[in-house]
Amino acid sequence: MNQSSSKGRKKFNPRQKDKSISINERISTFKEVPLGFTPEQAILEAERCLQCSRPRCVDGCPVMVPIKDFISLVKEGKFIEASLKIKEKNALPAVCGRVCPQEDQCEKACVLGKVAEPVAIGKLERFVADYEAVQGTKEEIKPPERLPYKVAVIGSGPAGLTCAAELAKSGVEVYIYEALHEPGGVLTYGIPEFRLPKNIVKREIDYIISLGVKILTNQAVGANISLNEIIRNYDAVFIGVGAGLPRMLNIEGENLNGVYTANEYLTRINLMKAYLFPEYDTPIKRGSEIVVIGGGNVALDAARTALRTGAKKVTLAYRRTESEMPARKEEIEHAKEEGIVFEFLVSPIRFIGKNNTLRAVEFQVMELSEPDESGRRKPVPVIGKTKLINADIAITAIGTVANPLITKNFKKLKTNSRGYIEVDDNMMTSLKGVFAGGDIVTGAATVILAMGAGKKAAQSILAYLKNK
Amino acid sequence: MFEILRKKQISPEGFLIRIKAPQVAQTARPGQFLILRVSETGERIPLTIVNWSRSRGYIDIAFQVVGKTTYLLSKLKEGDAIIDLIGPLGNPSKIERYGTVAFLAGGFGAAAVLPIARAMRKKGNRVLTVLGARSKNYLIFEKELKKTSDVLIITTDDGSKGIRGFVKDGLSEILNSEKIDIAYCIGPAVMMKFTSEETRKHSIPTIVSLNPIMVDGTGMCGSCRVEVGGKTYFACVDGPEFDAHLVNWDLLLSRLNYYKDEEKLAYESILKQR
Ligand SMILES: Cc1cc2nc3c(=O)[nH]c(=O)nc-3n(C[C@H](O)[C@H](O)[C@H](O)COP(=O)(O)OP(=O)(O)OC[C@H]3O[C@@H](n4cnc5c(N)ncnc54)[C@H](O)[C@@H]3O)c2cc1C
Ligand code: FES
Repeated sequence: MNQSSSKGRKKFNPRQKDKSISINERISTFKEVPLGFTPEQAILEAERCLQCSRPRCVDGCPVMVPIKDFISLVKEGKFIEASLKIKEKNALPAVCGRVCPQEDQCEKACVLGKVAEPVAIGKLERFVADYEAVQGTKEEIKPPERLPYKVAVIGSGPAGLTCAAELAKSGVEVYIYEALHEPGGVLTYGIPEFRLPKNIVKREIDYIISLGVKILTNQAVGANISLNEIIRNYDAVFIGVGAGLPRMLNIEGENLNGVYTANEYLTRINLMKAYLFPEYDTPIKRGSEIVVIGGGNVALDAARTALRTGAKKVTLAYRRTESEMPARKEEIEHAKEEGIVFEFLVSPIRFIGKNNTLRAVEFQVMELSEPDESGRRKPVPVIGKTKLINADIAITAIGTVANPLITKNFKKLKTNSRGYIEVDDNMMTSLKGVFAGGDIVTGAATVILAMGAGKKAAQSILAYLKNK
Repeated sequence: MFEILRKKQISPEGFLIRIKAPQVAQTARPGQFLILRVSETGERIPLTIVNWSRSRGYIDIAFQVVGKTTYLLSKLKEGDAIIDLIGPLGNPSKIERYGTVAFLAGGFGAAAVLPIARAMRKKGNRVLTVLGARSKNYLIFEKELKKTSDVLIITTDDGSKGIRGFVKDGLSEILNSEKIDIAYCIGPAVMMKFTSEETRKHSIPTIVSLNPIMVDGTGMCGSCRVEVGGKTYFACVDGPEFDAHLVNWDLLLSRLNYYKDEEKLAYESILKQR
C-alpha cells in the first residue's frame, strides 16, 4: 500500500523524480537533460495512481490517452503492454512524454494532485515508450482492411503525422507532403536535441511509416507543387503546415549580421546540425554574449541552445515578468540552473551595429500597468528609461505567424484576418474535402493540441469519405 | 534521389549538370531556383534552374566551385545522385513585351540570365546582352546567349576577348546606339551594385536577382532577408528579383560575407581530405 492513514488524513508517497545529467555536461553538450525513470521508479510512481473510477486526467488530454489503464499496466511491470496501450490513442508517446505541458493538462486534472503532488504521468509515458523502443519488441501491426481512398497530408509536424497515422490505421492510403528534407515539423527543426533527441523523433516517425504512411520530402505545397494539383489527385486533403513564419520586430538594425530569428537559429542547429560544424556543413556563429528576446518555449530553447554553443553569457530579455512567461515551468527551472540571465521588463528598440555587425541591443525599460478589464497587467514603457546590453548575437523569439505559401495563391481557401485557415466544427476548410488543423488553424500552440486536431480531422475525413 | 544524367565543365571552375527531376522540370519557369543538398551532412544551397525539358524530365544547373558544397557537387559523376532537391522555388520573372530588354550578365550570372533572355526573346522583345567575365575562358553560355540575343557584347577584365573592362562598359557601348526599356542585371553582388548604378544614371528600370544565404527557401527562417526600399523582404519567397535601384547593397554584401571564415574552413578541410 502506498498510503497510510494518520490522524484521519491520508499521506501519500512523494512523487518520483528522475535524475538529470550534471550542469557541466548540460552546458557543454547537446545531451538530453532529464534521464527519465528507472523501472523501479516507474513502478513506485505508478503505485501512487489512485486508479479513480472516474479518472479526470483523461479529460485533460487532447488525444485521450487511456492514462489509468496504461499506469495500471506499469504497476504490474507490463511496460511494453503499457506503451502499446498509449499508442492506441497517441502515435507519438516518447515525444509527448517529453514536451507536453502536463502541468496544464493531465497532471493538472489528476485527482491526487488535489491533496498531494499529481502522478508524474508525462514521465511515465516517456518511460514506457523508451522502454518499448529499447527492448525492441516489434508490435504486431496487423494490416487493416484497405479502404479505397487516397488522402494527402500537407506538413509532417505533429498534426500531419497524427492525422496520417490515424487514417493509415483505418486502411486509407496516405501520402504526406513535407517541404523540408526531413519530416517532423517543429519536432525536428525547432525543439532542440537536449529536450527532444532527434533519434526519438525519428523512431516515432518510423513507427508511423510502418503503419503504411508514405512521406514525400522536398515538397513545398504552394511553391513547387500547387494545392490545386493535390486536390485533383486525392480524395481528401489535410493541411497541417504549422505557423512557421517568424514574426519580425521591425526595429532599426534587425537585419544586421548577428541578428537571427529563432527559426533560423534553431533550424540551423537542429535540422542542419550546425552545432556539429565542421563535421556538418551548415555553420552557426558562436557568440560570446548572446541576447534572446522573448519569453516562451521558443525563447528558452534558443537561449539554452545558445549557451551550449559556448557563449560566455546568455541573457533572456522579456518585456513582462517571470510569472507571465508562457514557457513551461520545467524549462524555466532548467534555464536558471544552467545560468541563463533573466532580464525582465525590457523591450527592444534598436539593434546597434558596427560594419553591419551587431554590437549591442538597446531596450526600453517597461513596467506593468494596473490590471485592465481582463485582469491582465500590460507592460508599458517607463518614459525616458532605456538599457543597453552588449551582444554579438541576438535571437528574436517573439512569435510566429501563418506562412502564406499555401494560401496566398489560393483565395478560395478562407483564412482569418491573421492568415490562419478557417475550419468548421469538423475541421473542414471552406474547400470541400480539404481539412486543416494544428498551428495553421489555431496559431502557435502545442504539440498535443496539434495532435488532437490531426486526430479529430482524421475522424472527420473518414466520415466524409464514407459519405462521399 | 536525383540522378545526374550529364556533366560538363564549362569554365576553369564551372560545371553544368543535367539532373533527372521530372517534377521540377514540369513547372520550372525562368527566374526560379532550386535548393539542394549533396550529402547527409550537407548544407542546403540555392542554385538557378538554367534550363529544363518538360518532355524529357530533366533540369540543368550551373555552378562555380567556391566552397565545400559546390566542390562536392563538382566531384559527382554521371550516374551519381543528389540526395535532396526542391524546386522550383521563388517567383518567376515577369515575361512581358517591354520592347528592348538588356541583359547584363556578370560571371556565373549568365546562368540565371539565359532562361529569362530566351523567354523575353520568345515574347517578342529585342534582346541586347552584355556578357562579362574575368577572362576569356571564364565566359559561360556565350554560344547560347549569342543565339538568343539580337546583340551580344563581350567584356573581359583582362581584355582577352571583347571589350577590355566590366559589364558596365559594355552597357555604355550599347547605350551609344540603343534605347533600353528594361534591364536585367545578374551576377556577383558587387557587380550588380556597380552596374545598376550605371543604369540608374540613365534612368533604366533595372531588375536584379538576389542571392543571399538561404536555409529552407520557403519563407520559414529569414536567413535570406534583404532590404529593398527600406523594407525587409525574404528573398526566397518575395524574390529573388527586386528593383535594383532600391536594394541596400552594403547590407546584402555584408550578410553574404557573414560566414566567410566558416566557409573557408570547411572548404580547406575538404581539400585536405581529398
Ligand atoms: C522551438 C519551439 C519549441 C516548442 N516547444 C514546445 C513544447 O515544449 N511543448 C509543446 O507542446 N509545444 C511546443 N512548441 C509548439 C509546437 O511545436 C507546435 O505547436 C506544433 O509543432 C504544431 O504542430 P503542427 O503540426 O501544426 O505544425 P509544425 O510542427 O509547424 O509542422 C508543420 C510542417 O509543415 C511543413 N510545411 C510548412 N509549409 C508547408 C508547405 N507549404 N508544404 C509542405 N509542407 C509544409 C513544415 O516544414 C513543417 O514540417 C514549440 C515550438 C517551437 C518552435
Ligand atoms: S531561406 Fe529561409 S526564409 Fe528564405
